[in-house]
Amino acid sequence: MEKRQLRIALAGNPNSGKTTIFNNLTGTRQKVGNWPGVTVEKKEGDIHKFGHDIKIIDLPGTYSLTPFSIEEIVARDFILDENPDVVIDIIDASNLERNLYLANQLRELDCKVIFALNMADVARSRGFKIDARKLSELLGVPVVFTVGNKNEGLDDLLKTAIELAASPLEIPEERRVRYSHDIEAAIREMRDYIDSRDGVTLSYDPRWTAVKLLEGDKIIKDRIREKMADQSEKILEKAEQLRGQLSKRLDDEPEIVMTDERYGFIAGIIKEVMSTSTRQRVDISRNIDLVLTNRFLGFPIFIFFIWAMFQITFTLGVYPMEWIDAGVGYLSAFFEYVLPDSVLKDLIIDGVIAGVGSIAIFLPNILLLFFCIALFEDTGYMARAAFLMDKIMHLIGLHGKSFIPMLMGFGCNVPAIIATRSLESRKDRILTILITPFMSCSARLPVYIVLAGTFFAAHAGTVIFMIYLFGIAVAIVSGRLFRTALLKGEDAPFVMELPPYRVPMMKNLLIHMWDRSKMFLKKMGGIILVGSIVIWVLSSYPQHIQYSKDYDAQIEQVKQSYDDKISRSDAVKAARLQQEQSARIETLASAKEAERAEKSYIGRIGKFIEPVFEPIGIDWRGSVALLTGFVAKEIVVSTMGVLYAAEGDAESDALRNALQESGMTALSALSMMIFVLLYVPCLATLGAIGRETGSMKWTFFNLGYTTAVAWGMSFVVYQGGRLLGF
Amino acid sequence: MRLDQMREGQYGRIVRIGGESRLRQRILEMGLTKGSEIYIEKYAPLKDPLELTIRGCHVSLRVKEAAEIDVERLTGKK
Repeated sequence: MEKRQLRIALAGNPNSGKTTIFNNLTGTRQKVGNWPGVTVEKKEGDIHKFGHDIKIIDLPGTYSLTPFSIEEIVARDFILDENPDVVIDIIDASNLERNLYLANQLRELDCKVIFALNMADVARSRGFKIDARKLSELLGVPVVFTVGNKNEGLDDLLKTAIELAASPLEIPEERRVRYSHDIEAAIREMRDYIDSRDGVTLSYDPRWTAVKLLEGDKIIKDRIREKMADQSEKILEKAEQLRGQLSKRLDDEPEIVMTDERYGFIAGIIKEVMSTSTRQRVDISRNIDLVLTNRFLGFPIFIFFIWAMFQITFTLGVYPMEWIDAGVGYLSAFFEYVLPDSVLKDLIIDGVIAGVGSIAIFLPNILLLFFCIALFEDTGYMARAAFLMDKIMHLIGLHGKSFIPMLMGFGCNVPAIIATRSLESRKDRILTILITPFMSCSARLPVYIVLAGTFFAAHAGTVIFMIYLFGIAVAIVSGRLFRTALLKGEDAPFVMELPPYRVPMMKNLLIHMWDRSKMFLKKMGGIILVGSIVIWVLSSYPQHIQYSKDYDAQIEQVKQSYDDKISRSDAVKAARLQQEQSARIETLASAKEAERAEKSYIGRIGKFIEPVFEPIGIDWRGSVALLTGFVAKEIVVSTMGVLYAAEGDAESDALRNALQESGMTALSALSMMIFVLLYVPCLATLGAIGRETGSMKWTFFNLGYTTAVAWGMSFVVYQGGRLLGF
Repeated sequence: MRLDQMREGQYGRIVRIGGESRLRQRILEMGLTKGSEIYIEKYAPLKDPLELTIRGCHVSLRVKEAAEIDVERLTGKK
């Protein structure tokens, strides 16, 4: 008979070494996805060990199972509803007391639990001695020592888990957490009340249900409403009544007293199982923090780290980017060579390869950026960054941790938005996601360089810097606005652990980096692919255009007449004529290309929407450029190159001259730069927003809001500037 | 006295935790329970948040949150 797959869930505090254990257990056989409906990462891995097929599920790291954060709800719901065969609680042995809080909540859930006392070596070096046998005896839970980063004890852990899965569940009544007399009485009354209802079928442990009802647990109340419609009101009423009585008698909310009592219970256990040697332990983390969060040095060092991160990402990234660029070039040259001329060929080369190539080129940046972020997270520095920045970020109504994603936005908005996963509160996350697109990403820079370079020559640098600052200002104002109007409510508590500094493990860093980059490639690749095909179709159809002049004939004519002249001239004169000839042909060819673009679907759309852009000083060509910029903002420059009929490199003088001749003024250039800064983030970013907020509503809100702000700001600048006589 | 009135390098014991239920629960879960001893490690360079040690781990919280916690100062410690 085929043996059933065992399902083992890993639970534990953040920083307890859970991820390392998960990585060591599953190796590279992990799948990363999201928990249904929420943007909490779900990791699982299938392994085959000791003759069993085992699925290991990594639950989000939490300090408790009180359903306040999404992570906690996800972790608890999984245990309650999916009934894993065994739950392994990874306990940081050097921090036993606090870790036992979650451990106890797991015990109360009445599932099969194993405690893995992790980082036992650290605990020993800190002078803690833990009596595992006694702990196991007192709590009725198997206990295994592990050292995750040295791969010690993991086989033991799995064997124990397999054994436990096969044995019946029994946690002796006397080993449970005992609350004080009043609370126990209320629990009993609640339990009896639920039992006395007819037709009540709740699959949860009855004592636990009673405890949660007395704590006023919202999710359990909702579950009861769902599962026993007609009985639920009575049960909830009873619970409220008991809560009221308890509050009066205890002079505090029952859940607070119960938390206190759980800690009391834990303190009792700690006394029995742990002995601390008198040896004064050295707190290395404290010494490091004397420097890194120092009153004077803290910020300079922080700024240096951020600077270093950008340097690594954007300077080191240049080399592989060139390779990818060259690779894409070879690939399209290859298809150019092997495929017969056809629509399909154009689609593959100009649509698919060009489009996907434009996103693939960012991969080195993204890998490096995520590597640095993983380094910040795994060493423990991320928490310090939040500690330093919280005061500033709190002014916008954000959490200190929001700083890093927003900063990454200057590089590329897509990884920045994915990086908001490190924020615990959903509101903070959405708020950060919504304002991150105002951080001017690197793809917008070429547009500024062309426009500012053309119209503000001497002051180009200053103008570009001001544009960046303007983006930050809009982000701050928007942040405050959203916080007060849309995402109201108490800020998430900042109460946060500053974990001990650790030397990161390369394996963890790489897995971390790769997981996130893979997500970027998979999801964004699809969107970009579709988007670039759409833009390609719009700009290359209709294929047969009624040109106002017969360009081909004219080109032919020029060719002929010059060829004749050249054949009749001496060598020096012929060379000059040759140059003249190719210049004239080029002018005609680009005039043709410009007319083709004008008469293509996208040109027609540009003409159609021109009235919308007129008040902000942008003509139809600018409008089309902005439309194509929706796929990726750097495309704006190349589209302008095509439409303003400039030849060669987009940054060359030709485009600048053409722009100046086109009637664009410094003011309309400024207006366009502001529009590019603020308007709809690119397709990939919108895709990221959709995925990370998990809501179409927020995605479309962002689309509408950014466009409205962009138009409004450009309008104010352009019309205001005109009134002032610029 | 309130926790936010304590200075760097001072020891104290938690007497009472106030504030709305969610914040209290969070504070408790981090191990800051009634009767536990704390040490004020430092204030952030911009004077908010603050860092303290409790049961051997470092925890940071905002000054506004610390104001919800009543403490008594322990002066006997070095």
